[in-house]
Amino acid sequence: MEAMAIISIFTLSIFVGFEVVSKVSSTLHTPLMSGANAIHGVILVGAIIVADHSDNSLELGLSLAAIVLATINMVGGFVVTDRMLEMFKGKGAKSKGSGDK
Amino acid sequence: MSRFLYELIGLSAGVMFILALKGLSHPRTARRGNLLGAAGATIATVAVFFYSSDGELPLNNLGWILGAIVFGLIIGVPAARRVQMTAMPQLVALFNGVGGGAAALVAIVEYLKLGQSASTTVVIATVFTVIVGSTSFSGSIVTFLKLQELMTTRPVVFAGGRFVIAGTLLATLGCALWVVSSLGTTPLLVLAGLSLAFGILFVLPVGGADVPIVISLLNAFTGLTVAAGGYVLDSTLLIIAGTLVGASGTILTRLMAEAMGRSLFGTLFGAFTAKPQDSSGAGEDRPVKSGSPDDVAILLNYARRVVIVPGFGLAVAQAQHTVRELADLLSAKGIDVAYGIHPVAGRMPGHMNVLLAEANVPYEQLSEMDEVNPTFPQTDVALIIGANDVVNPAAKTTPGCPIYGMPILDVAQASNVIFLKRSMRPGFAGIENELLFDSKTTLLFGDAKASLTKVVSALKAL
Repeated sequence: MEAMAIISIFTLSIFVGFEVVSKVSSTLHTPLMSGANAIHGVILVGAIIVADHSDNSLELGLSLAAIVLATINMVGGFVVTDRMLEMFKGKGAKSKGSGDK
Repeated sequence: MSRFLYELIGLSAGVMFILALKGLSHPRTARRGNLLGAAGATIATVAVFFYSSDGELPLNNLGWILGAIVFGLIIGVPAARRVQMTAMPQLVALFNGVGGGAAALVAIVEYLKLGQSASTTVVIATVFTVIVGSTSFSGSIVTFLKLQELMTTRPVVFAGGRFVIAGTLLATLGCALWVVSSLGTTPLLVLAGLSLAFGILFVLPVGGADVPIVISLLNAFTGLTVAAGGYVLDSTLLIIAGTLVGASGTILTRLMAEAMGRSLFGTLFGAFTAKPQDSSGAGEDRPVKSGSPDDVAILLNYARRVVIVPGFGLAVAQAQHTVRELADLLSAKGIDVAYGIHPVAGRMPGHMNVLLAEANVPYEQLSEMDEVNPTFPQTDVALIIGANDVVNPAAKTTPGCPIYGMPILDVAQASNVIFLKRSMRPGFAGIENELLFDSKTTLLFGDAKASLTKVVSALKAL
């Protein structure tokens, strides 16, 4: 990929990342961190790509280890976040959002 | 599948991740946001099986790949399902660590593969991934050990520690240059080893109460690692996802540090400058006033306003339902009951809210620190259940102590203070609490759930 395209994607993603979480109540800090944590588990895609490229047992072994770790990160991360958020259900009409610092 | 379609699916996943983070920032949309993120990750993972850069399908080593995914599922899903609410923070730390480890491994494999043909920028990105991924991996393991209380929760500071850590960092950077100039395998493995050591040294001096901030920071690190890995593998999706997590994680780390009244810098490097705690004279042998469940029930029965301050002890004892029973009983007697929630009570921001929400505590009764603090002078009883550091006046009065400067709940302003505690052991930050020795303080020792059950029955008998 062209260097400028990568730099653009990178820069814009930084700003989007800053924007989307800039106003979050402290109640949601933990689930948000856990959800973001699960998202970076998408490195699983990278692990699968390198496993496809591997042509000796060392490379394959390392990439399979990466797949196992990334799967744990991704799937475990989303499941545990969902469990945290499950606790909030039934309180949809929450008068929340302000008054937190 | 064509490259165009594959990239398009990747882009959709990236957009879903953005919407996921946005959803997670609001209570009402949080759960949907998380599911959207999971959906994005799923389509991205499925798509990779139908596209190969060398045009050969199915993927090489397909059986192995699927087997490894299943193995990961077998470990990850039950761990996430079965974990107690109290242990969630360390599980998140662990998940973050393995993600960092995975990113480092991916970069190492790609590096071995490319060998001498790697371009300098790719090698630099690889080096970054290995350093930060390994640091995040070992650092997260240490935070896990601290939170699980498998090792001391106090800052571990040893003589010359700051020189050791600075030396390790310099050696790591030197080794990075060695990798870039030689393109050898050995330098990369040495680099991984040094980075692992750096991660451990980086987290050891962090005090227990600051661990959540460090987890959040390491989470942001892992995000950036994934982005750099995306550059190495030429994957737009990984660059987008990793950068998003890196950026939002950085903001979140700052927000968390603010909620705790800490400067980020102070958290990360404070342990180097802090003077060792003077623990002499902070006597376990000083007199405290301990009461029976009946004494506590009587104090509560004749109060007009009670503020309940929950902490980690409540979570450990799984006493959230019992505390709700007590609060309902008091409300029925016409007593004004509120919960004072410190932003970092428990082991993580929002920990108490999650726990009390599980027991269906009405949301209106949960007051945040800024709301509840001005009401303590009109409060008859502050009932502190398994909390310590978040009400410790040392945060205001003792400069140099690990929690100095952290905003606290001013329970000392209430007419009576009741502590339900397991023992006289200091809190997570390892600091003695002067309030325990105050004349208006009553202590009720024991497991929070057992104590609360006794108080509830004593109250019913009155």
